[in-house]
Amino acid sequence: MSSPAPKSPEQSDKNKKYDRQIRLWGEHGQNVLEGAKICLINANGIGCETLKSLVLPGIGVFTIVDGSVVTEEDLGVNFFLDSSSLGQSKAAACMMLLQELNPDVNGDCVEESVDYLLVNRPSFFDDFDVVVASNLNEESLLRLSNCLWEANVPLLYCRSLGFFGSIRLQIKEHCVIETHPDNPQFDLRLEQPFPSLKKHFESTQITNKVPWLLVLNKYLDQWRQENNGKIPSNYREKLQLKEMIRKGITNDEENFEEAMKAVNTAFGGGHITSSLKAIFEDDACNNLNKQSKSFWIMAKALKDFVVQENNGMLPLPGILPDMTADTESYINLQNIYRHQAMQDADSVYRRTQTILKELGLSPDTIDEKTVRLFCKEAAHLTVIRGSKISDEYERNNRFLNEVDIELQGTLTEHYVALRAYERFLTECGNIPGDCYVENDTARLKTVAYKMLADLGATQATLSDDMVHEICHYGGAEVHTISAFLGGIAAQEAIKIITSQFKPVDNTFIYNGITSETTTLKL
Amino acid sequence: MSSTMSPASTNSLNSKRWHSMRHILERAGPFCKADFAPSPDNLEFLQNTCKILVIGAGGLGCELLKDLALMGFGDIHVIDMDTIELSNLNRQFLFRRNDIGSSKAECAANFINKRIPTCHVTPHCAKIQDFDESFYQQFHIIVCGLDSIVARRWINGMLISSLRYNEEDGSVDPSSITPMIDGGTEGFKGNARVILPGLTACIECTLDLFPPQVNYPLCTIANTPRLPEHCIEYVKIIQWDKENPFNCSLDGDDPQHIAWVYERALERATQYNITGVTYRLVQGVIKHIIPAVASTNAVIAAACATEVFKLATSCYDSMCNYMNFNDIDGIYTYTYAAEKSENCLACSNIPQVVNIEDPNTTTLEDLIKILCENPRFQMKQPGITTVIDGKNKTLYMSTVKSIEERTRANLTQSLGELGLKDGQQINVADQTSPNTIVLQLKYNGNEVEMD
Ligand SMILES: [Zn+2]
Repeated sequence: MSSPAPKSPEQSDKNKKYDRQIRLWGEHGQNVLEGAKICLINANGIGCETLKSLVLPGIGVFTIVDGSVVTEEDLGVNFFLDSSSLGQSKAAACMMLLQELNPDVNGDCVEESVDYLLVNRPSFFDDFDVVVASNLNEESLLRLSNCLWEANVPLLYCRSLGFFGSIRLQIKEHCVIETHPDNPQFDLRLEQPFPSLKKHFESTQITNKVPWLLVLNKYLDQWRQENNGKIPSNYREKLQLKEMIRKGITNDEENFEEAMKAVNTAFGGGHITSSLKAIFEDDACNNLNKQSKSFWIMAKALKDFVVQENNGMLPLPGILPDMTADTESYINLQNIYRHQAMQDADSVYRRTQTILKELGLSPDTIDEKTVRLFCKEAAHLTVIRGSKISDEYERNNRFLNEVDIELQGTLTEHYVALRAYERFLTECGNIPGDCYVENDTARLKTVAYKMLADLGATQATLSDDMVHEICHYGGAEVHTISAFLGGIAAQEAIKIITSQFKPVDNTFIYNGITSETTTLKL
Repeated sequence: MSSTMSPASTNSLNSKRWHSMRHILERAGPFCKADFAPSPDNLEFLQNTCKILVIGAGGLGCELLKDLALMGFGDIHVIDMDTIELSNLNRQFLFRRNDIGSSKAECAANFINKRIPTCHVTPHCAKIQDFDESFYQQFHIIVCGLDSIVARRWINGMLISSLRYNEEDGSVDPSSITPMIDGGTEGFKGNARVILPGLTACIECTLDLFPPQVNYPLCTIANTPRLPEHCIEYVKIIQWDKENPFNCSLDGDDPQHIAWVYERALERATQYNITGVTYRLVQGVIKHIIPAVASTNAVIAAACATEVFKLATSCYDSMCNYMNFNDIDGIYTYTYAAEKSENCLACSNIPQVVNIEDPNTTTLEDLIKILCENPRFQMKQPGITTVIDGKNKTLYMSTVKSIEERTRANLTQSLGELGLKDGQQINVADQTSPNTIVLQLKYNGNEVEMD
């Protein structure tokens, strides 16, 4: 059997190997990932689990910073060590077994402690895309936090102790174009059809073969005529509109049925969302300079387009949901949306070019494709402005509002307890509960009490049970708790690297006993 | 199966490797379960006595084996019939390029046994259906990391069929319960759940949680395509059989086959002005590919392994009982108590009712359609037998060719014509359950109110 001349694109080896994840973040996301440089501070269970879920999908380079040697205790929580590595550098041993996971990735290691690097080579961290650190004492954490904030390097700080843990993202500014929302709102402009759509509405006969959009438009017009031109906004009004459509059904028309279902979701797209409003009002958007990120230049062009040219409406995304119809009428409608989206994006692109020129930047700084994507995603653009971890430790900080409440029994209490544990490490120099649970419980209670007072808390205290629970762990790292948090931390790192999906903003807390989690903005 | 393992000696139990685990297992904590007895016996039990079965050695399975081994479990069996493919390597971290084509179960077991000497994994390169009740009953806990709903339902049915009930009050004999921990992932979403068969919601109790498979209407595919998927389905369902380009059925793993489908689908799409047919999409549609990433598998497997550990040691209460996870937008989890259904096909322990509108217009084919499409049943190829006038009668069975031919004529007969009475019990065999399921036909005229 002769097969036809092969026209299919040749699938590269990497393309096949990474297929299942490229379906999530695209080839462009994969390319960015493959160039990423990650630093891991401390090669413990949670750190190596995080790195594992970054090496597998194929980051570029990772560097492990750890000044300790492998002990037997390490073998019980860290999969990337074996008995042959006992007594050797932990950084080197873990690097070898992690790199072995994926030959596409390059591993490196530094056999020094983070404290040594912060003192002697503070610029060491500047070139990384993300630094992942865990289980530091308070003093080291604060130093690292300040250093990375200054260097503008994102930090993911993870804690894993017993059945509790947390992940804190420290990042100055993070802009996301592709957030991949789960159930995006349709943007169909039925309320204000653009001219070509209006023309299409006027010139198309409603039959059982046309997409529901045209059916809905017909009855929407009718409803508006009876209701002073407004759009059905509440449940009762939408029900009226549905009834109108129902009365038009003569013979089980599928598109009429679909139009009725769509009444709830078809309206309301195309407006400026609250997060977009914040982006438009952001200083970075309004005070552009040569160093401005492409994101902000496009945001300004988008804003100008929306305000000056498009009556406050966003550029059309041009995405039509599937609708039962004959091929031609569906494709025609789809093309009308696509053409308008292209026109809107072209206009934003021209504005982008004008801004680039004004800033004295090269026109190819931002290409047409990126602007089109930016416009398509306009409703979902996201900017995260983060805060510094060390600021949480200042008196009367925002953190206090989260803490100085009925603290006991909340997940926030777990977070405070984990922080008290770190202060204990710095102040007392040993691991609470490693040897003497009762003694250390009393001391940890004092440390926590003083820590809360230092923050300015007036009513918050840790429960005796919580302090006892922390101490009875004796510093134990439980592998499955670390694996749970490590998987999550890795995905947060991927979000930061690819600028896709929304990262946590900014503190995630986990209680593995109850399997409860929460997110706080500290 | 002969596994040559020697019980962990006191010496290895004292190894410093268990430093962290011993803090958890030998100390009392304020949040521990009331009946938790801190003692070195706990670790000894995990190492020498407790026997765990992991079903699936894929994305979740690899993680589960690592997690359980590091949590102190010493005797784990793993079942997987699949072999390793290139596209597994982005997450199934116990496999390397050299392992492509080898058994997942064997590779995974070898890796763990080598890396973690305190754990012995016994591989079974087989289907779950290859084992009987006595095999499954040797395990204390069963953990599933499967991508197949049918397989989950089958193992669920197996564990429920092993239950013994108290004759006096019909309650479940606790010693007959084998807990099942089930994990599932899809892209950035996943779930983990704890099932105590007979006591808490089982897989069938919550069958409606599984999204129905997307099926495009045949007339759309044939006559009015609008989406690239419609064009691909057309080539798959209609054009392939018509042109039979390679004199065999379509094989999603054969690049030549995929290329042929891609090219034909592209032609059809061009003809209808449809855009968006890509090679990746063709592969995805033909092979029903579910996106998968290392991180989600790590998270869900860890949540499952934590629950196995809690059940095995009684250190903390089990999660109650279903956790959803999603990290597309921040990090979201939601844990809730899925409810046991009184009308559960598997665990209600009473014959379930199928309501029939009118036995004189409902054909046997209609009944089969109900069994396949009703969210409560979601069967695949049900075979139906019954007893009429004291005699066994096979009404229809599609899985055996000779019986299919002999019973095919029944399909177009009405239930009335077949002699099936109101209240009649029918026995249904399907791949979704290891056991025959007894259903009772209820005709609408005298429907009894069900509460
Ligand atoms: Zn059930």
